[in-house]
Amino acid sequence: MTVLTPLEIEALALSLRVGFASVIVSLPFGLGIAWLLARREFPGKILLDGIVHLPLVLPPVVVGFALLVAFGRQGVIGAWLYEVFGITFAFNWKGAALASAVMGFPLMVRAMRLSLELVDRRLEAAARTLGAGSARVYLTVTLPLMAPGILTGVILAFARSISEFGATITFVSNIPGETSTLPLALYALTQVPGGEPAAWRLALLSVLLAMAALIASEIVARRLGRRLRGIA
Amino acid sequence: MIEVDVEKRLGAFRLAARFAAPETGITALFGRSGAGKTTLVNMLAGLTRPDRGRIALNGAVLFSTEQRIDLPPERRHLGYVFQEGRLFPHYSVRGNLTYGTPRKGGAAAIPFEAVVALLGLAALLDRRPGDLSGGEKQRVAIGRALLAQPRLLLMDEPLAALDAPRKAEILPFIERLRDELHIPIIYVTHAMEEIVRLADTLVLLSEGQVAAVGTVEELTSRLDLRPLTGRYEAGAVIRATIAGHDVTYGLSELAFPGGRLRVSHLALPLGMPVRARIRARDVALAATRPTAISIRNIFPARILEIAPDRGALVDVRLDIGTAEHPVVLWSRITARAARELGIEVGRDVYALVKTVALDRRSLGRHDPGDSGSDGEDSI
Repeated sequence: MTVLTPLEIEALALSLRVGFASVIVSLPFGLGIAWLLARREFPGKILLDGIVHLPLVLPPVVVGFALLVAFGRQGVIGAWLYEVFGITFAFNWKGAALASAVMGFPLMVRAMRLSLELVDRRLEAAARTLGAGSARVYLTVTLPLMAPGILTGVILAFARSISEFGATITFVSNIPGETSTLPLALYALTQVPGGEPAAWRLALLSVLLAMAALIASEIVARRLGRRLRGIA
Repeated sequence: MIEVDVEKRLGAFRLAARFAAPETGITALFGRSGAGKTTLVNMLAGLTRPDRGRIALNGAVLFSTEQRIDLPPERRHLGYVFQEGRLFPHYSVRGNLTYGTPRKGGAAAIPFEAVVALLGLAALLDRRPGDLSGGEKQRVAIGRALLAQPRLLLMDEPLAALDAPRKAEILPFIERLRDELHIPIIYVTHAMEEIVRLADTLVLLSEGQVAAVGTVEELTSRLDLRPLTGRYEAGAVIRATIAGHDVTYGLSELAFPGGRLRVSHLALPLGMPVRARIRARDVALAATRPTAISIRNIFPARILEIAPDRGALVDVRLDIGTAEHPVVLWSRITARAARELGIEVGRDVYALVKTVALDRRSLGRHDPGDSGSDGEDSI
């Protein structure tokens, strides 16, 4: 690869790794919360809804600070995680992924919840009369029918992740090779004299990455749409 | 035996239905929209939970508040054909058909190939639900329910969403389920023509209550059930057998105890038991046997009952059968004609039925295997 400099490759690879990790880890939680919010009535539902959506309305710095307090090496949860499992989020790429996941979570849940609310429950009832238990109904009817919403949620969360800046820099700082994703590397370049041409290249790279993700999702969404309308 | 005794309150609507039906043949749940038919079927399927009651199928309890039993739908083993098909859009026709087929167990009682052949699905297997016609969708839905190997098939107005030609396309298939697979069916409908053609037992529902249970012939001959069986469409259903075909004039003759009914040609073999619905407004009365008249169906009749209808009309219940086998017919005439003719209970008159009033929709094949067959043996 002669087109990209080692620094660019490093930032791009890190962004992709953080993006994929945050989406994959938050996917099951997203599906679970979407199901709770769309299908269940329980006390505190409004509160849960509010907490899930907080990162959307809070300044990202506040989220980063909260993560630092909770998941830092000395944090309430962070200390326990380190003691019991030896996992730490402090100042490494896992922390960046966690920050991205939290920031992208409301977008993911919203899309999934909307699509779940649109799933025709009469089809689920039909599946049950055909002998399918709740788990099989979920896997064979509910999930496939909400696939467009899952896809949208995943793309939005991924896009949020590769553009994440404030929460990440507050939580895990800007460490090259560890937490310096594309936006953070770009920010670092704008802070040094003469870094502008390199910053331009990173900006262009970010645009290409975002476009690729959007086009890929559009292609998949079209295929899914045809399939779910029962034609292709 | 299908035993149902359930209660449920839904807002201002209260459903309290109790009936027992044989687990052979087709039992029709008949009533206006809003009578609680679909709610009742959903309770049978386990999709709606009654507040109180008991549902049992051949002694196996599906629901009982007393015994604290409430089997989930997937463990009731009932097939359900919904009004709108409800095919899975993301599966092919084949995938839909096999969705409910039990994974384990030996040879299926209702094999895949048999259902495909019975419902004419071979050409559709690799298609997707989105590009099927309404009639095709409903055939696939029936096949899908059958292949789940149900103990009982529930059909909730399976023809209501279809136009007349599509209905005519599906009806023979449902007749074949009854006659060839011998699967018991609960059939919800508000169309009398489907009942005449298909049903053996009729459960009349009205405002959440069971108004009457009995054979189609019995319930349609009762004047007190007129408001439920339909005023305009009111009429009696009689059992007969195909006794002859008149090729020259394109007519068929149906024999019943007491006479022969001429109808438009029916492509059915001689001796085949059938049912004919004769609407009250298609039957005229005469005090003496008319001559030089175009009507070919003239039967001596005895007046059994006279019931005033709304306004200027009366419904007259007649017997056109024999002493051993009464055959009940209704006639709707004006009150003025009734008085001028001297219509009164016990009097002998003649009933006139126009052949053209009996179209294919009024005639149904009738399963000879059930209790009413002795009536036909005497012909």
